[in-house]
Amino acid sequence: MSVTLLKTHPLMPNGQVGRDVPRLESMAKVTGREDYTHNLRLPGMLHAKIVRSTVAHGRILSIHTEEAAAVPGVHSVVTCADIRTIIPEPYFGPAFHDQPILADGKVRYVGEAVCVVLSHDPHIADAAAQLVLVDYEELPAVYDEVEAATSNVYVHETLKPAGTFPDLKHLEGKRDTNVALDYRLIRGDAEAAFAQAAHVFEHDFTTQQVMHTPFEPMISVGEPTSTGLTIYTASQSPSFVRIEMARLLKWPENRIRVKTSHLGGGFGAKLYIKLEALAAALALYTGRPVRVALTMEEQFYTITKHATTFRIKSGVDTDGKVIARRCDVWWNGGAYADIGPRVTQKSGFTAAGPYDIDNVYLESVAVYTNRPPAGALRGFGIPQLVWAYESHTDLIARGIGMDPVEFRRKNILRDGRPHATGTVMKDAAIPEVLERTAERIGWDKAFDRGTGTIRRGRGIAIGFKASISPTTSVAIVNVSADGSVTLYSSTVDMGQGSDTAMAQIVAEVLNVPTEGVCVVRPDTDVTPYDMATLGSRSTFHMGNAVRLAAEDAKKKLDDLAAELGLPERSNIPVDQLFKKRYGMQAGNVIGIGSFIPTYKSPDHDTGLSDNVTPFWMIGATAVEIEVDTETGHVTVTRMVNVCDVGTPLNPKVVETQISGAAVMQYGFTMSEKMELDAGQVTNASLADYKIPSILDIPPLMESEAVVATQHSGPFGAKGVGESATFGVSPAIANAIEDAVGVRITSLPITPEAVYRAMRAAANQPLEDF
Amino acid sequence: MADLSTISFTLNGRPVTARIAPHHTVVEVLQNEFGLFGARESCGQGLCGCCTVRVDGDPVSGCLFLAAFLEGTRVDTVESLARGGVPSVVQQAFIEAGAFQCGFCTPGFIMMTERLLEEHPDPDEDLIRHYLSGNLCRCGTYPEIVAAVQLAARRKSEARLDKAS
Ligand code: FES
Ligand code: FES
Repeated sequence: MSVTLLKTHPLMPNGQVGRDVPRLESMAKVTGREDYTHNLRLPGMLHAKIVRSTVAHGRILSIHTEEAAAVPGVHSVVTCADIRTIIPEPYFGPAFHDQPILADGKVRYVGEAVCVVLSHDPHIADAAAQLVLVDYEELPAVYDEVEAATSNVYVHETLKPAGTFPDLKHLEGKRDTNVALDYRLIRGDAEAAFAQAAHVFEHDFTTQQVMHTPFEPMISVGEPTSTGLTIYTASQSPSFVRIEMARLLKWPENRIRVKTSHLGGGFGAKLYIKLEALAAALALYTGRPVRVALTMEEQFYTITKHATTFRIKSGVDTDGKVIARRCDVWWNGGAYADIGPRVTQKSGFTAAGPYDIDNVYLESVAVYTNRPPAGALRGFGIPQLVWAYESHTDLIARGIGMDPVEFRRKNILRDGRPHATGTVMKDAAIPEVLERTAERIGWDKAFDRGTGTIRRGRGIAIGFKASISPTTSVAIVNVSADGSVTLYSSTVDMGQGSDTAMAQIVAEVLNVPTEGVCVVRPDTDVTPYDMATLGSRSTFHMGNAVRLAAEDAKKKLDDLAAELGLPERSNIPVDQLFKKRYGMQAGNVIGIGSFIPTYKSPDHDTGLSDNVTPFWMIGATAVEIEVDTETGHVTVTRMVNVCDVGTPLNPKVVETQISGAAVMQYGFTMSEKMELDAGQVTNASLADYKIPSILDIPPLMESEAVVATQHSGPFGAKGVGESATFGVSPAIANAIEDAVGVRITSLPITPEAVYRAMRAAANQPLEDF
Repeated sequence: MADLSTISFTLNGRPVTARIAPHHTVVEVLQNEFGLFGARESCGQGLCGCCTVRVDGDPVSGCLFLAAFLEGTRVDTVESLARGGVPSVVQQAFIEAGAFQCGFCTPGFIMMTERLLEEHPDPDEDLIRHYLSGNLCRCGTYPEIVAAVQLAARRKSEARLDKAS
C-alpha cells in the first residue's frame, strides 16, 4: 500500500510553510487525551434522550408522557409546547427556517425528534423514552425526488426562506410545492445547437442517500450562565450557531457563547445548526446543563447526503467537440432544507462539467421529500454531479469511437476560457490534473486485460468545484512579551489539520517555529467570526485572514522597534523589544486580519456571473480494476488520485486529505446506501451500513498534488479536503465498462448490480425480486 | 434502577475499586469513574474498535464488555502507553506516519497494533490488514496506518537487535 506525493513543492523561505509538520495535537491524539466535546461532564448535568417519529408523514394527535415522567430518576419530559415557553418561534435552519426544534403538531420523516426525556442518568432517560406513546394521523408521504417535484403530497404547507440569501427571498410564503429552490443557467442556445449536432447522447444517472458517520457522534451541551448561555458543541460552525441562537432567543449575540473542541470527524454533518437549539432550549427550560448526545444510529435520522437524479444530454460535432449540453438535476433534500438549496445552486452551476461548451442549459432543483434531511457532505453535491457527467463523458467517447482521455483533452476547460456561468477560468489546473492522472496510471501503455473469469479494465474521471462565496474569515494573532505567539481563529479542526496549517502560516510570516505557535480552540467569546469550516474554504479564506493578521502583528513589532529608535532589521529578539518598551516582561502586540473575496451573485434569470467563485478545486481519479464475471464482484487494484490544491502548505497533510477523501468516496461508490422502507431507515448501524474497512480499500493508492499556484491564496494555497472525492465513482464505473462492457448508472456499484448488468447484456437477465 | 456493587481490578498497573451497576460498560466506568477518555464509544455495537481496551492482555470492545466482568482482572488502556511524556514506539510511529486525522479511532488502532506486534513482531502487509480489520477509521487513514505499523515493527526489531548485540 503506497501513498506517494511528488516532493516537488516549495518550502517557503522561513522553512515553515511547505514543511511536513506533524499535526500539533499529535501527542494528545495518540495518548487518548484529546478533549473532544464528547468528554465534557458538567456538575448537575442532565442527559437528553430523544423520542423519534415512527411515521414518515403525519399529524400528531397526542403525546402520552405521563408514564415516562413517573419513572424514578426522570427529571422531565419535554415537548414542543415546553420549548415554546423559551423560544416562541422554534424554527431553525441556515437556508430556510423550516425545522422545528421538536415536532410541532406534525412529523415529516421517520426519526424526527418528537419529544425529549431528561434524567441525570442516561440509562434512565433511555429506558423512560421507550414509554412515551405518540398517536399520529398518518398522511400520504413522498420519497422520490423526481416524483416529489410534481407531487400533490406537500411536505411543507408554505416555504419559509431564512432571508439571509437574497436569491431565496422570492420563495417566501410560496405554497403547494415541494421545490425549495430552482436554479437555472442559460448560456448560448442549447436547443439550436442540439439540432446541428452530429451526435446527441442522453443518459440518466442516480445516486443514493448516504450518511457521514462521523466517529464522534454529534453532541451539544447547553449550560445556563449568569450572563446567558454557553453551548459546548461538536460543531463546524460556532459563529453560525451563535447568530442563529441569538435570532431564536431574540438576544444579543454577546449573551451566547459557543465553544468547540477538536471534532472526531465532521464531513459536513456538524454544520450550521443541528442539536444546538435543542440543547440550548432544554438548558434554559430546566436551568441546568443538558447534554444532547446522539448514538451512531440517531445520526442517520439527523443529516445525510442528497440522493440525486441527473438527466444529461450532449450534442457533439463531427470532430468530437461538445457543442451543447443540457443538465436536469433533482436533489432529494429530505424533510428539512438544511443547506440543500445552497448545494443546488452553488454546486448546481458546475453540472455541465470542466469542459468548454458554448451552449449550456441547466436546471437544478432542491426538492422536499419525507426522508431524513440532506445537507452538505464532503464535496457539497459535486460527487453526485461528477458521477453523472463523467460517466456520460465516457459514454460519448465510446459512442464516437474516441479515446476517453483524448476526448476529454479536446473539450477540457482551460485557463482564460469562460466557464458556463461566464466566469473566466484562472488558476484552475484542469488540463494539468488530467494529464498527470493519465500519465501516472500509464494510460498510453499496454494493459493486461485479464483472462477467463477475471477481466481487467481501466477508467478515468475528472471533476471540479467552485468555492462557496462570498464568505468572511477573521483572525487575531497575539505576540506575548516573551515572544510566544497565539492564534485566535474560529476554524474548527475536525481532523483536516487546519490548526497545524494555520500555525504554519503564522510561523512563516513571523519567522518562528510552527511547533511553538498556540492555536486557541473556537470560542465565540474569544475567537473572532468565521463563516464556517466547510467546502474546503478555510485554507483559502481563513488562511488569508491569518496571513493578514500575522503581517499586521509583524508590522506592529517593526513599528515598535522603530519607536524605540532601533535600526531597521536590527533583529532584536522580541522579548528584548517588549522589555525595552515596558521595562519588564509585559504588554503584547495584536495583529488582526479580515478577509472576504469579491463575488458576483448569479443573475436570477440566466444564472450567469462573471465572478462566481474566488477559486476552483480540481480532482481526478484513475483506477485499475478486476471484475469477477461469475459474481459481479469488482476489485479496485490500483487507484491514482491527482488534485490541484494550489501550493500545499503541509504536503503530508495534503496527501492524507487526498487519500482520506478518496477512501470515503470509495465507500459511497461501492457499498454505502441508506436502505429505506416506508421512510424508515432499515440499516442505521455500522453492522448493515458498510463503510470501508482496511481490507476493502485498494492495495495500491497513490496521491499527487500537481505543481500549481493559487495566486490569491495564502502562499499559493487553496482548499483540498474534497477534491479527491470527485472522480472516484465514475472512474470505477468507466473501468467496469472497459473490463466487461456494461454500464452502471446507479450508485452504489454492488456485485449484484454488476452481475445483473452482465446478464442483461448477455440477453439472460435475472429476475427481479 | 439496579443496585450498585463494588469491583476491584488493576487499572494501568494500579489497584482500583469502582462502584458500578450491572449494566455499566467498561467505557462508562473508565470515563465516569476514572476520567479516562481514550476508550470511547462510536458505533456502540462492537463494530468499530474505538473503545478497545485490553483485559488481561486481550483486546475487548469496551462499549459492550460489562464492567462487572472486570473484577480481579488487569485492565490496560491507551493512557498506559506513554511513559513520562514519551510516547511508545507504536504511538511515535503513528505520529510520524500521519496515521490519523480526527484521532477518534486512534487509541483503538494503537491498542490493537501493540498487541499485533507482540504476537507477530514482523507482520507482512496482508497480516496487518487482517489483524486490524475489526477497527474502522472514517477519516480513511488506512494507508498511513499500515505504514505506521510497518515503521513501528522496524523500530522494535532494531531495538531488539541493539539489545542483543
Ligand atoms: S464503540 Fe465499541 S466497537 Fe464501536
Ligand atoms: S482518524 Fe478519524 S476516524 Fe480515524
